Amino acid sequence: MNWSDAHISDVLVIGAGLAGERVAIEAAMNGHRVTILSLVPPRRSHSTAAQGGMQAALGNVAMGYGDNPDIHFEDTVKGSDWGCDQEVARLFCELAPVAVRQLSHWGVPWSRVVPGKRTLPDGVDIEDLQEKAGLIAQRQFGGTAKWRTCFASDGTGHVLQYAMDSVVIKLGVAVHDRCEAISLIHNGDTCFGAVTMDLRTGEIRPYLAKATVIATGGYGRMYGVSTNAVINEGTGMAIALDTGVVPLGNMEAVQFHPTGIVPAAILVTEGCRGDGGILLDKNLHRFMPDYEPVKKEIASRDVVSRWMLHHIRQGFGVDSPYGPHLWLDIRHLGPGHICTNLREVHTICQNFLGIDCVEALIPVRPTQHYSMGGVRTNKHGEAYGLKALFAAGEAACWDLHGFNRLGGNSLAETIVAGMAVGERVADFAGEQSLIFPFSLVEEAMAAQAQRLADLRSRKNGAEDVFVLRRRMEETLLNNVGIFRTGADLQEAVTTLQGLYERAQHLRLRSSGLGPNPELLAALRLPGMLRLALCISFGALQRTESRGSHYREDYPRRDDDHWLKRTLAYWKPGDPMPDLQHEPVNITELPPGSRGYGEMPIEAGD
Amino acid sequence: MADRLLTFSVFRYNPITPEIPPRMQEYQLEETMGMSLFIALNRLREEMDPSLMFDFVCRAAICGSCAMLINGRPGLACKTLTQDMPDRITVMPLPVFKLVGDLSVDTGVWFRHLNVRTEAWIHTDKVFNPKSIEARMDNPTAQAIYDAERCIECGCCIGACATANMRADFMGAAFLNRIARFMIDPRDERPTAKYFDVVGTDEGVFGCIGLMACDDLCPMEIPLQGQLAFVRRKMAQMALKCKKSA
Ligand SMILES: Cc1cc2nc3c(=O)[nH]c(=O)nc-3n(C[C@H](O)[C@H](O)[C@H](O)COP(=O)(O)OP(=O)(O)OC[C@H]3O[C@@H](n4cnc5c(N)ncnc54)[C@H](O)[C@@H]3O)c2cc1C
Ligand code: SF4
Ligand code: SF4
Ligand code: FES
Repeated sequence: MNWSDAHISDVLVIGAGLAGERVAIEAAMNGHRVTILSLVPPRRSHSTAAQGGMQAALGNVAMGYGDNPDIHFEDTVKGSDWGCDQEVARLFCELAPVAVRQLSHWGVPWSRVVPGKRTLPDGVDIEDLQEKAGLIAQRQFGGTAKWRTCFASDGTGHVLQYAMDSVVIKLGVAVHDRCEAISLIHNGDTCFGAVTMDLRTGEIRPYLAKATVIATGGYGRMYGVSTNAVINEGTGMAIALDTGVVPLGNMEAVQFHPTGIVPAAILVTEGCRGDGGILLDKNLHRFMPDYEPVKKEIASRDVVSRWMLHHIRQGFGVDSPYGPHLWLDIRHLGPGHICTNLREVHTICQNFLGIDCVEALIPVRPTQHYSMGGVRTNKHGEAYGLKALFAAGEAACWDLHGFNRLGGNSLAETIVAGMAVGERVADFAGEQSLIFPFSLVEEAMAAQAQRLADLRSRKNGAEDVFVLRRRMEETLLNNVGIFRTGADLQEAVTTLQGLYERAQHLRLRSSGLGPNPELLAALRLPGMLRLALCISFGALQRTESRGSHYREDYPRRDDDHWLKRTLAYWKPGDPMPDLQHEPVNITELPPGSRGYGEMPIEAGD
Repeated sequence: MADRLLTFSVFRYNPITPEIPPRMQEYQLEETMGMSLFIALNRLREEMDPSLMFDFVCRAAICGSCAMLINGRPGLACKTLTQDMPDRITVMPLPVFKLVGDLSVDTGVWFRHLNVRTEAWIHTDKVFNPKSIEARMDNPTAQAIYDAERCIECGCCIGACATANMRADFMGAAFLNRIARFMIDPRDERPTAKYFDVVGTDEGVFGCIGLMACDDLCPMEIPLQGQLAFVRRKMAQMALKCKKSA
């Protein structure tokens, strides 16, 4: 390798979504030289797709009066089914209001409180008080005791990302887009940066830094059907796992969102139900109150998704060429509301279903949506296992969400973690001097160069990357979904093991020169399969039901044995992950009833 | 609708292999129900030509990655359904932007450059106080800012613009809209004169020849015509003021 190619900064942030950019801003404001890497221009990161909003206990609206971080904390812990780290949840709930207000200072056009009386879709009369006029407005999301979700019309993620990126630009932070981290440079004790591939030229280059942050978002696209952007392939988690010393936490905790549209699997926001939308079956019967008399459609996501699928299995789904689905009905909210606060939903229905949701029902089905698991860190965002490595956002298991994330808590997490972890990163980089073991960097580069050369030589093997990938997607979709059983999970593990073996023998059909898409797919696939095995094997081992992880053969939460977090390690050369466990940090709220999702679903349903 | 055989004529050029000149390559695919160009191009890549380069991210018409010339018109490929197209579909990369390869163009660098040039962030002397509640804003103002902020930097309005195609430094409708967004934001304390330096020029609003190709093509349906008129009016007033005081 050529040393003049090396790019050196104080802080290297891998990922330019909300979490990555917020960490970068914190470090840059503390005087550090920061470089951000991203697969795509920052403003195309998946964070921009979030429509619904961000939770913070401001108590600005009538249905949120009296809200405070204590209530937000309780909602979050119950939502997580006691799987979250309570110290992290506490810190998060206290900081979220500051984060929202700072974003307002940076230019986010939050929707604002308009005082006056109105009647909600369910007939309740409320009044927003004059004294709150012009403060940040809040809407209802699932699993919350108060209306707490701050929003900007229908495009919260978009405006957050644009405001965040405007600050990144103002601060002059270097952003290298179309640049993918393909491995971490480390010596088993400390991380020194990453080897990257330039997606414009297909060349590799080392990026070195005192502190490296993984903020690469989720892996949704490993599932055949997902609400996620196509770039969400989990590569950030995969390169951390590849070190052999950094564990991934709770990979079996996968969230399915109740309302992905059928068949495009594009999300329509939880705001639809929060604002009064209801779910109907093939007889146009509103079934959620039968299962959840109190929370109805706005119980937590794991619970609503489960009941929806249960109801479909009972034969109440609407048949379609793409399999059975249910209906989301928002017609009664009226064109005024739909075309402002839910405009994105209206547009999506028009573009991808060819329907006008002011007048028509929306076909929906629970769809893979979010990853609670990720690079396991402590409460400061420091990754387990390697010094100088940090993680934040969806890529991390900080662990705010445990086994189920509340709607609106992820955008909030990206930003609050960005602040908190960013501060730690800045302190760390301040104390550290820049040193690099030269031979280590050269070895790390040589290893990646060899991988590329092998693939480009097209001499070994005969396996097609797209074929194997499809098999992986189908396996996760069919066997590691909402309802899980030991038999299905075992089958998934066996299938994935076979695919992983075959993935060692890929052969490109094209030349693989430059930023060739087939080459990139081939580089990513083995890491994705390792993640898929962590998810499936973790789910097989966890013989209980908690939050989104529902075992039909073990339908109850088992606090005696499973009040713990799974840590998946992958030792170099091993065919399978090594699973370990650690206790969950419970500081305030002992395990109890969530207040929803109590009714058992009989096995065999 | 079933059983249509579609012919895709796709622009190919890879800067890594400059010895192979740019060319149009043809592929045929059987149409499926609800097929979009996102689905079609991915099938072409996976089944016929794994070297084909293009950009999709959200595949839901919200991230602005996939703009290209579709039968000659700039548009988002992910929301273009084949059922609305003739049997023959020609796809070319957006003009104006630097070509990465095949259908992929470098919109990111272009937009970042203009965000820097127009200083597209809130300018304020106020310091954020983490202890106090947020400054108030009335909801219609927030809504108006949001309406302009909806731009997804897809580049359709740039690719379609006669001026932008002729002069590399023209900021195009996207940035005239961006400027309008900051002008109406009470948090931005820049005086109009400061904006004038940025947009009251031929690279800015006075370079626009007003044919409104941009307005027709914006996939977010941002009222670009109105936004351009707003900026032009403001700048003309400013120019007049300067003349008077000179
Ligand atoms: C459709 C949809 C709607 C949602 N709505 C809401 C909502 O209303 N409220 C809410 O709270 N949450 C919502 N979420 C969840 C939330 O949007 C995401 O969890 C969150 O935005 C993730 O942010 P992030 O910064 O962690 O990652 P991302 O925004 O996904 O960013 C990841 C970044 O990492 C980069 N990257 C990835 N891999 C690499 C690599 N190997 N090398 C270099 N760069 C890399 C990418 O280019 C990108 O810049 C929604 C999610 C979806 C799918
Ligand atoms: S109206 Fe102006 S900005 Fe729009 S396309 Fe025409 S010249 Fe370009
Ligand atoms: S103004 Fe419209 S067409 Fe132009 S970049 Fe923005 S979204 Fe695209
Ligand atoms: S892929 Fe995001 S707009 Fe088309």
